[in-house]
Amino acid sequence: MSSDTATGEEIVLSTADRPAPRPRKRRSATSTAPARGWPVTPWIFLLVPLALLITFGYVPVANMFWYSVTDWNGVSKVKNFVGMDNYVEFFTRPELFGVFRVSLYYLAASIIQMSLALYFATILSFSTRFKNLFKGILFFPYLINGVAISFIFLFFFQPAGTLDSVLGLLGISQDSLPLWLGDPAIINFSLAGTSVWRYTGLNFVLFLGAIQSIPGQIYEAADLDGASRWNQFRYIIAPSIKPIISLSFILAVSGSLSVFEIPFIMTDGANGSATFVIQTVKTAFNNNKVGLASAMAVVLLVIVLVVTWIQRMLVPDEKVDIA
Amino acid sequence: MTRVLVVIGKYASLVLACLFTLVPLVVLLFTGLKSTAEYATSGVLDPPKNPTLANFVRAFTEAKMASAFLNTTIILAVSVVGTILLGTMAAYALDRFEFRFKKTVFLLFLLATLIPGVTTQVATFQVVNAFGLYNTRLAPIILFMGTDIISIYIFIQFMRSIPVSLDEAATVDGANHWTIYSKIILPLLTPAIATVVIIKGIGIYNEFYIPFLYMPSRDLGVISTSLQRFKGPMGTQWEVLSAGALIVIIPTLIVFLALQKYIYNGLSAGAVK
Repeated sequence: MSSDTATGEEIVLSTADRPAPRPRKRRSATSTAPARGWPVTPWIFLLVPLALLITFGYVPVANMFWYSVTDWNGVSKVKNFVGMDNYVEFFTRPELFGVFRVSLYYLAASIIQMSLALYFATILSFSTRFKNLFKGILFFPYLINGVAISFIFLFFFQPAGTLDSVLGLLGISQDSLPLWLGDPAIINFSLAGTSVWRYTGLNFVLFLGAIQSIPGQIYEAADLDGASRWNQFRYIIAPSIKPIISLSFILAVSGSLSVFEIPFIMTDGANGSATFVIQTVKTAFNNNKVGLASAMAVVLLVIVLVVTWIQRMLVPDEKVDIA
Repeated sequence: MTRVLVVIGKYASLVLACLFTLVPLVVLLFTGLKSTAEYATSGVLDPPKNPTLANFVRAFTEAKMASAFLNTTIILAVSVVGTILLGTMAAYALDRFEFRFKKTVFLLFLLATLIPGVTTQVATFQVVNAFGLYNTRLAPIILFMGTDIISIYIFIQFMRSIPVSLDEAATVDGANHWTIYSKIILPLLTPAIATVVIIKGIGIYNEFYIPFLYMPSRDLGVISTSLQRFKGPMGTQWEVLSAGALIVIIPTLIVFLALQKYIYNGLSAGAVK
């Protein structure tokens, strides 16, 4: 018995250690190999990637900061400096600032989505019949084209559509059903629900992958020690998937602020379903207020950066820091 | 007893979740297979009595799906090849060389992942316009190629497992850096390249906003924008719209069934950078 556990531990240790020796060997080698290299060589390889990164990644962001303090309409040759006016306008006009409220529906939805994903990832990590079938079905919506998803759910939510018919089968009277996409009090629940349908599969597969990378011997040892399924989840699974949960959470926060595709195609932001990004895009391209839209984009960028920074402070993730 | 209940609960929850996932898709299939007359008279959940492919033919021709698939294919192929070349080159420089400002370059690539892409389009649009790329296929191609940082991370991660002694041996044999990159590194990166092709391919196939914003011309419709534009003239002809959506979904389903394992692994690799 004791010899069994000993070999078990050895295997665990060797898998955990395997990536480590390589960088160590590499580091000693890199200090000699590049010295022979011509100092210009890396820059030749980086020339095009960096040029594109700067032109289409950083120049727009820099321009955005500049536009945000002007009254530019996107076409005119003149850009008048207006100071912080655009920012003041955004924070004081309730119909603009109100888009943050819409984000809350999607934030709540992403928390439900992550809980569902975690639940299904956990139960499917134990032996289950038709495991791959269940996994495939739950995951597939994530791969579907956003426009197709919008069509599916426009039909799903329309009067006498899929949802109403299913509820009818369950004996619910059609007259008592609301307009799922027509009622401003309900529309955001419907759209956020669509988002749960679409993205749960991604979280689920990521969580499942993380759980399955836990070596099986750990579960065997826990079984021998008489740990319950709940304790296995609490003390083995939860700690080892903490990094991916934390990463998913950060993506959920920035994701709920930048929701765009589904409400844009399904309702075009009507009935109080305009999200931050829809409002920004409409302000820029429909109302030609590029200055104001840029200010909104800057606000969003700052929020996302702050949230990411807080997350990095709370959960240092060595995997991301590869520099 | 509780054991049995737990097992029942587990399978019941799985079946329920699968029903939630599948019902909207099955209804889409039913609707797409119904004739206009049958759609008008039957209930939403009723399976088609006389399945017909007429809606698929109509959707394919009227939504200009042939040209949409062609445009998507061109953009996808060029962007993916470009991403691979640029990404592996950047990864080679960043992993195999020590040079001044290396940390700064890393930081530039890292920070770029945090910028929410959809929002900065307000300003990106002006840059694309200034280069005269508006309403050309080059606009999405350049944006897909130039702003893809995740693939660079995947390449760097993988390149770390390729021993530097290989580079050194080649240097001793007189190979220059370009030869090392193209003859040694690039072929050994094949698994990472496959991952990037999958993630990037799915992303571009499904991308809506960039083609919507930069290629308003009808001739330049990709599958997403062609399907979306199809909604206007079709209004509430859901049997035709459903067929259109299915035409877009079916290739995805085929690719998914064929490459399941690689897609799962690829997504995990992409998410943890």
